Amino acid sequence: MSMIFRQSQANKVSKEEPKKGSSPMNSSATRKPSEPLKFVDPVFTLKDVAVSYGDFVAVSDVNMQIPSHDITAFIGPSGCGKSTLLRTLNRTNDLIPGAKVHGSLFYHDADLYHPSASAVEVRRRIGMVFQKPNPFPKSIYENIAFGPKVNGRPKKSELDDIVEKSLKSAALWDEVKDRLNESALGLSGGQQQRLCIARSIAVEPEVILMDEPCSALDPIATLRIEELMAELKKQYTIVIVTHNMQQAARVSSYTAFYVTEVNLTSDRRTGKLVEFNETKKMFSTPDDERTEAYVTGKMG
Amino acid sequence: MSATAQSGRAGMSLAPSTHLRRRNLIQLLITKFMASATLVSVLVTVGIVLSLIPTTFRLLKEITTQVFGTVWAPLFTPSQYGMAPLLTGTFIIVSIAMVIAIPIGLASAIFLSDYATLNLRRIVKPILEILAGIPTVVLGLFGLYVVNPEFVEKYWPIGEPLAYTALGAGLMTGILIIPIIASVADDALSSVPRAMREAAYALGATRREVATKVVLNAGLSGVVAALILAFARAFGETTIALMVAGSYPKLSANPGDPMQTMASFIGFAGIGDAEVGSSAYNTIFLVGTVLFTVTLILNILGNRFIARFREVYE
Repeated sequence: MSMIFRQSQANKVSKEEPKKGSSPMNSSATRKPSEPLKFVDPVFTLKDVAVSYGDFVAVSDVNMQIPSHDITAFIGPSGCGKSTLLRTLNRTNDLIPGAKVHGSLFYHDADLYHPSASAVEVRRRIGMVFQKPNPFPKSIYENIAFGPKVNGRPKKSELDDIVEKSLKSAALWDEVKDRLNESALGLSGGQQQRLCIARSIAVEPEVILMDEPCSALDPIATLRIEELMAELKKQYTIVIVTHNMQQAARVSSYTAFYVTEVNLTSDRRTGKLVEFNETKKMFSTPDDERTEAYVTGKMG
Repeated sequence: MSATAQSGRAGMSLAPSTHLRRRNLIQLLITKFMASATLVSVLVTVGIVLSLIPTTFRLLKEITTQVFGTVWAPLFTPSQYGMAPLLTGTFIIVSIAMVIAIPIGLASAIFLSDYATLNLRRIVKPILEILAGIPTVVLGLFGLYVVNPEFVEKYWPIGEPLAYTALGAGLMTGILIIPIIASVADDALSSVPRAMREAAYALGATRREVATKVVLNAGLSGVVAALILAFARAFGETTIALMVAGSYPKLSANPGDPMQTMASFIGFAGIGDAEVGSSAYNTIFLVGTVLFTVTLILNILGNRFIARFREVYE
């Protein structure tokens, strides 16, 4: 497995001839069959992925690839399984009793759910930023230092460098450099969220998963995070779940749209991937009419 | 609604109707009742303190520096009032109890909050709470008839332990407060938001690191509250000390010896035949004052600590 993947040129997108009837993306009538996006050396490759909690299947039949060094957005109405799917990408769902992942989920060429794969190793490489800012009740410095400390035994001087570098990358350094030893809980919501991003960066992951990172923030703080994401994608692969379609349109290069399908006989609700395309296309001429209905505000 | 109110704007009255006046009266009575109920507990506390102080001072004026002596024999003639044996006895028994209960209680709390499955926690937690409710006289009996003869007398290497030992009392008091620490600390740790754990896991922390470096840290104020509660319980425990450590106020550093604690002295002397107003009787008040003061100081320090380290989560 390539530990840290660096790709200098832009991701090449190639279209593959769709196999008739094999794609789960177009279960209902659409204008034309959608062709799954393929990338050169994708970070994640999902094949027939489903996630269940006990008997409840939260999301199923997901087939997609996620490109490196770019921003991929997951959008869709509440309960469509987009957050669940995001959480399977770094095995955060392992922490929920009864959660189970089916199908195959590859991180580069390594099976994320292989019995020999360690969830701790996975999460070290694939970081996560959560819906509500969740700094530890420690100092700003200790928040950043926590990850490097558990992942190794850095010297104090190395740790100082990591803290400064991470805070600079998260565009927070200038605001907090004089109060690194004060509690992180004293920061504003937007600052706390940037601190959480800095905390993720500090362990040098390859991927940062963001689960509605701006939903608890005001528009100005949101804008700052979005600017930060545009900066971070040069170095990191970002996957973001968002309720805000404009945000997906602003920040991402690729967008995946999920819906909740209701099984009329069992009244079970399951999330499905409807369409995964370039963001520009998703918001102008999507392949699936459900995507169009959603992005134009007629549904959801 | 009254007829006036219905008869239109001309005769409209905003004065309370008979019905509303009755509701207001009930409201007033209930408020008064609740206020006096609160007052009762405040008055009882203040009353107890006030009843301790005059007698304590009367005795202190009489015995003065004798309290610093090393022999405690207020019920004998001539009386001796050196409190040192009671203080060391209390200190040794409470220390043994805490040394046993803190590691076991905290380990159980961390296990329950971060390792045990939901089902296991659902079973174990109520058992812990039942354990916390075992009458102390049962623990005392067990200490007297099992722990002292079977363990302390046989295996304690220093001196020649007899039927009553401070060690046995300390052990049993420790068992008494383990469930208090485990249960209260588990509540504190379990209420640390899930987001805190997820954040740590997402940085590549192991379960142990999440539990000890994040959860324990975030729930620290609650854990300290658990320890203070347990200390106060051990400090004031009377029955176990009386039954297992005996009622001989021996000034000794050997836990294999019999000892008397402040609380067990009060329990012992309080049921005896000390004449009201005698100095033997007054010593009960003196010891009670000391017991109360120590508990009060500890509570204040504990609250300060908790306030300082409490983290407010949204």
